[in-house]
Amino acid sequence: MPISNHAFGTIEASVYAPEIFAQGLPAAQRQAHGDRPRQLAAEDAAPLLALEGIGLSFGGVVALADVDLSVRPGEIRAIIGPNGAGKSSLINVISGVYRADRGHVRLYGARYAQVPTQRLAHLGVARTFQNLALFKGLSVLDNVASGLAYRTRSNFAGQILGVGRTRREQQEQRGRADQVLEFLHLTDVRDRLAGTLPYGLQKRAELARALVAEPRLLLLDEPMAGMTAGEKSEMAAYVRAARDRFATTVVLIEHDVGVVMGLSDRIAVLDYGRKIADGTPDEVRNDQRVIDAYLGVASDNEEGAGI
Amino acid sequence: MSAIATQLSPAAALPKWLAPLLLIAFAYVVIPLIGNSYLFEAILLPFLALSLAGVGLNILTGYAGQVSLGSAAFMAAGAFAAYNFNLRIEGLPLVASIILSGLVAAAIGIVFGLPSLRLKGFYLAVSTLAAQFFVQWALTKFSWFSNNSASGVIDAPKLSIAGFEFDGAVGRYLFALTVVVVLTFLAHRLVTSQTGRNFIAIRDNDTAARIIGIPVLKTKLLAFAISSFIIGVAGVIWAFAYLRTVEPAGFDLDRSFQILFIIIIGGLASIRGAFLGAALIVVFPLVLSRLGGFLLGDLFDSGVLDMSQRIVLGALIILFLILEPDGLVALWDRVRRRLTLAWQSS
Repeated sequence: MPISNHAFGTIEASVYAPEIFAQGLPAAQRQAHGDRPRQLAAEDAAPLLALEGIGLSFGGVVALADVDLSVRPGEIRAIIGPNGAGKSSLINVISGVYRADRGHVRLYGARYAQVPTQRLAHLGVARTFQNLALFKGLSVLDNVASGLAYRTRSNFAGQILGVGRTRREQQEQRGRADQVLEFLHLTDVRDRLAGTLPYGLQKRAELARALVAEPRLLLLDEPMAGMTAGEKSEMAAYVRAARDRFATTVVLIEHDVGVVMGLSDRIAVLDYGRKIADGTPDEVRNDQRVIDAYLGVASDNEEGAGI
Repeated sequence: MSAIATQLSPAAALPKWLAPLLLIAFAYVVIPLIGNSYLFEAILLPFLALSLAGVGLNILTGYAGQVSLGSAAFMAAGAFAAYNFNLRIEGLPLVASIILSGLVAAAIGIVFGLPSLRLKGFYLAVSTLAAQFFVQWALTKFSWFSNNSASGVIDAPKLSIAGFEFDGAVGRYLFALTVVVVLTFLAHRLVTSQTGRNFIAIRDNDTAARIIGIPVLKTKLLAFAISSFIIGVAGVIWAFAYLRTVEPAGFDLDRSFQILFIIIIGGLASIRGAFLGAALIVVFPLVLSRLGGFLLGDLFDSGVLDMSQRIVLGALIILFLILEPDGLVALWDRVRRRLTLAWQSS
């Protein structure tokens, strides 16, 4: 796997995360970080997120059929599948953009027919989008700081007059945004308009915006789509480092099976809206149905006669 | 102001606030000394009123991304509300009636902003037309609003604050200037605040804004309210300081389009853009009529002038949309950058 020097540095950093990333971390985070291995070890831990019998169709097209999925705290959980397998629909159901026709979503034990999108940030869930969803007219810093907008308590009048908690609030939000920018090596572009960044950096800035709120659950919709191999492994390193630093649980959708195998703890495979496999990367790799879905079933006409 | 100045190093702070400050000083001190009444009556007063309306619409359309064709309705609401507050509440100070009329316009703005919760872009623009037609209809239909005046045209009251009369062209100019400066400063503070950034977030991607927890519906209505407040006050200036009369016909759909053109030509999502656009819109017909009269003589009568204005303005808007979608502000910034570079290298 080709790895740029830059990416290699990050991978190292994430391997030695406790020493390197502990600088400047609030105590609470360090605490959470210390707890993570224990959480991971608890194989039977109650799932942070569980989908139960999710069904979704658009008109006559079945996007998802009877999908179950459980996500344990602290794991990186990948959902893969060929084009049109229903991966993005699944993320949209989890984040409440779509309402499932059947089944429900269990988040931290609470049951939802439709997850309330407006309350998502308060619930500690953040997500990125397959097609970039940055605010083009804002600087990178402001984009990332906007990930904390849901905590803003001051109103517009206070902000205009600059009274009350406004100033402190803004300083705190920008400070946190700066920390995340530094973590993802985006400090150099912090003042540029998000729309002017190259594609790979925009993807990373979106990850920063999702991370700044220190979500308990992070949903990544094709975070490596359209990237070069080098950028992909770099992004994978950032995702892993983010999980380690913020003790967040990651659900990610990806097209590129190779990257996912190395990154994820467990993988679910969708095909035509159904889950056809679920397990560790090794289990999934050797699953005949997965191989069939991805590579196609070998036809009887091996010789190519008649084509 | 002084707090900002002390925080930054002088070199960094100088260009930021010095230019507007010098401009304001120029407008307060030099212009009243050198200006004649034509300058005030025909150019500066409509310029100030339209600039303020442009600032208001820019908050809604440029920053929050909600297209509105109802600006003139909010101007009318402000103007008539101020007139009626002044008429019906004995001894109400002018400042109070201006603020109250802004609040009335804001309330109407919220009502006609409700469709924005479901509609976007072109469809929203069409639904704001309802505000335009409804307000104009209501003001014409119910003569109570114009104090049962037979013609529907009413004289604006004298402008006086705390016993000080803003008489004559210069007085009215200073009054309008003060209102515009104060509201523009507050608008600038708003668009650089968290709320202003929320506006931009909703404009650029409202799904993402909702997911990260920005209260989208509340913020959209807030944009309508603040924008309508400012446009309403601009209506008060238009009626009280510029025209000296209040009539519904002055706030027709053409006026709404005019304000929309101001922010498109000037530059969306820019406070300066509203002023540049308004300057162009106000000065351009005067220049055209002088130029036409000079080149064509008697052939260039008012009919030809009116027609050629529309043609040239239309062409101008198309040109701007194609060549400089970011408006006069972008043009201005580019020229200034070139000049600075040329100055540094020489």
